Amino acid sequence: MAIISQIVFAVLLLVFLVILTMRIRRIKSNIQLGRSGGPVGDKGKRWSNVILLAFGQKKMFKKIVPAVFHFFIYAGFILINIEVLEIILDGLLGTHRLFAPFLGGFYAILISFFELLAWLVIVACVIFLIRRNILKTPRFVKPEMKGWPALDANLILIIEIVLMAAILSMNAADQVLQDRGIGHYVLTGSFAFTSFLKPVFDGLAAGPLMLVERTAWWFHIIGIFAFAIYVTYSKHLHIFMSFPNTYYSRLTPQGQMDNMPEITNEVKIMLGMPVDGEASPPPEGMRFGAKDINDLTRKNLMDAYSCTECGRCTAECPANLTGKKLSPRKIIMDTRDRMEEVGYSIQKGGKGLEDGRSLLGDYITKEEINACTNCNACVEACPVGINPLDVILQLRRYVSMEESGSPAAWNAMFSNIETNFAPWKFSAQDRFAWADTLKNKT
Amino acid sequence: MSDIKVPTVAELAANGKSPDILFWVGCAGSYDDRYKKVTLAFVKILHEVGINFAVLGPEESCTGDPARRAGNEFLFQMQAMANIQTLNGYEIKKIVTACPHCFNTLKNEYPELGGNYDVIHHSEFLQQLIDDGRVKLKDGGTFRGKRITYHDSCFLGRANNVYEAPRKVLEALDVELVEMKRCGVNGLCCGAGGAQMFKDAEPGKKDINVERTEEALATGANTVAVACPFCMTMMSDGMKAKEKEEEVEVLDLAEMIVEAKGL
Repeated sequence: MAIISQIVFAVLLLVFLVILTMRIRRIKSNIQLGRSGGPVGDKGKRWSNVILLAFGQKKMFKKIVPAVFHFFIYAGFILINIEVLEIILDGLLGTHRLFAPFLGGFYAILISFFELLAWLVIVACVIFLIRRNILKTPRFVKPEMKGWPALDANLILIIEIVLMAAILSMNAADQVLQDRGIGHYVLTGSFAFTSFLKPVFDGLAAGPLMLVERTAWWFHIIGIFAFAIYVTYSKHLHIFMSFPNTYYSRLTPQGQMDNMPEITNEVKIMLGMPVDGEASPPPEGMRFGAKDINDLTRKNLMDAYSCTECGRCTAECPANLTGKKLSPRKIIMDTRDRMEEVGYSIQKGGKGLEDGRSLLGDYITKEEINACTNCNACVEACPVGINPLDVILQLRRYVSMEESGSPAAWNAMFSNIETNFAPWKFSAQDRFAWADTLKNKT
Repeated sequence: MSDIKVPTVAELAANGKSPDILFWVGCAGSYDDRYKKVTLAFVKILHEVGINFAVLGPEESCTGDPARRAGNEFLFQMQAMANIQTLNGYEIKKIVTACPHCFNTLKNEYPELGGNYDVIHHSEFLQQLIDDGRVKLKDGGTFRGKRITYHDSCFLGRANNVYEAPRKVLEALDVELVEMKRCGVNGLCCGAGGAQMFKDAEPGKKDINVERTEEALATGANTVAVACPFCMTMMSDGMKAKEKEEEVEVLDLAEMIVEAKGL
């Protein structure tokens, strides 16, 4: 009997690992649809971002209440994985609570600590469900959150509660079995945060009780496998992606826009200046700015996979706050949706990028990108180093340089700069006229 | 008061001289009637302190910032290259400007195109003058004890982490600084950045500058201090929209120093 369950477990684990690997490959190849960036440099500063922002959750703590509850779930997620390791080893080796004999009295303390975390995760998830569905915190009920994004968020919270409930039931049943000295249930000492649940299971005979304990065990571990796969389709992917994403976040001042070297060469040729290296025109078919996801950088696409749709960016956006259509969160969500659409199409042997659709136009409108004030509030707000502004600016470049489709007032501003060297319609000769009032004094 | 001369770099060069620092006036500082007053105020301070400065005068040209933010990278780079040729031709090393947008572009975006200068915003420059004792504000002058709020420019604050210098200047003026609900790193934009200054806003429920003005009014301040020409326009317009322009002044830091010292 034991060997059968070991085989079943091994097969499940293998299936899980195969699916997970396929999902990781898919996500990786989707990100690689983007333009590759240059060398990253300054590893020290990058690691410090990972430690402060991803591990340390520094920016989360700008909003203290959600930060604390989020921290419970985060700590639970990281630390309970130690127990998951034991469960996997037990499953493969046919053992029960493999670590208990090695850790002695410390085992019960460790499990009790995990139980505390599990309870805190449940509390946090319940509070988050209330915030989303009853209190309706404004950033969770914006238009882009309708449908799947709202369901996704609720599903994650409910699944986490159910998984924690399974582990707590398993421990409570286990302790009753230990008390009765049944079978292989090793004596571990009392677990602090489930022993009070023992009366719930006390009325059961040994058989049904073992069934409860085993069911909870299998449910928990299969649930974790399934959840891990689900996460790769979900906004919840931030639990992995926030680490690389903070590493690759830009280190330059937030106000600095990325240069376009291919334009520098053209401008130098136009001005009759010497050009570095070969003075070759930009490659055929190359677009200035971004129309679709393959024009964006890989970091932009990684941003899209790192976004957990918390909406802190949108809550700080001056355009969104005053009722404009722009929502930085939607820009990032659209980028992911379009990337997944293209990736899925390529996987199926479809048209991929050539499907007649594009990020700009079919997902993001000009009205949205035109409303941005470049204030960097969204960039500053993001706890995991996502830069919605960078995407907006690349889309604007495409609209201006490939479509000449900027708002008329901007086109007028461009021609003012071209003819008067100022964005307003003033004569270049009058530029120094402000000093005349001083000159008159002499 | 002695006469104030505003030398151009070309004039100095003709006499074999060069300025210690170039004052980059910017388009708003050159053409916008309201911001010209800030330019004059800053020049008065430079003159009073005896700084060896100069301006480019007619040789100055838009940095290209609004074109770049609106997506026209060609036009930006054309402007940038031309400006860099001028600046490098005069061997300019140090630049001060009263415009955070010019400041950001000159400081962060020109180096990649061959323009490397030590660029400083006028709020930082004023703070240095105060710290060095070159601008003395005895008991803060006319602004002493006045309730004043400071509106952070995004291109100074979040874009370049300059939060302290403007506040230090206000501290030296001995004002009662009251912060708005959203300030510093969380400051709310005036609504003019990213080339919004040059077009109408998209449809919405409210104008951003009105939202910000309401926040400034909520502090009970009778002066809103700003350090950016676009913020100046947006906050002044906001006060007009709220019919508070008679009660609440919108002033640049340089203007406040000039007023406090009676220059």
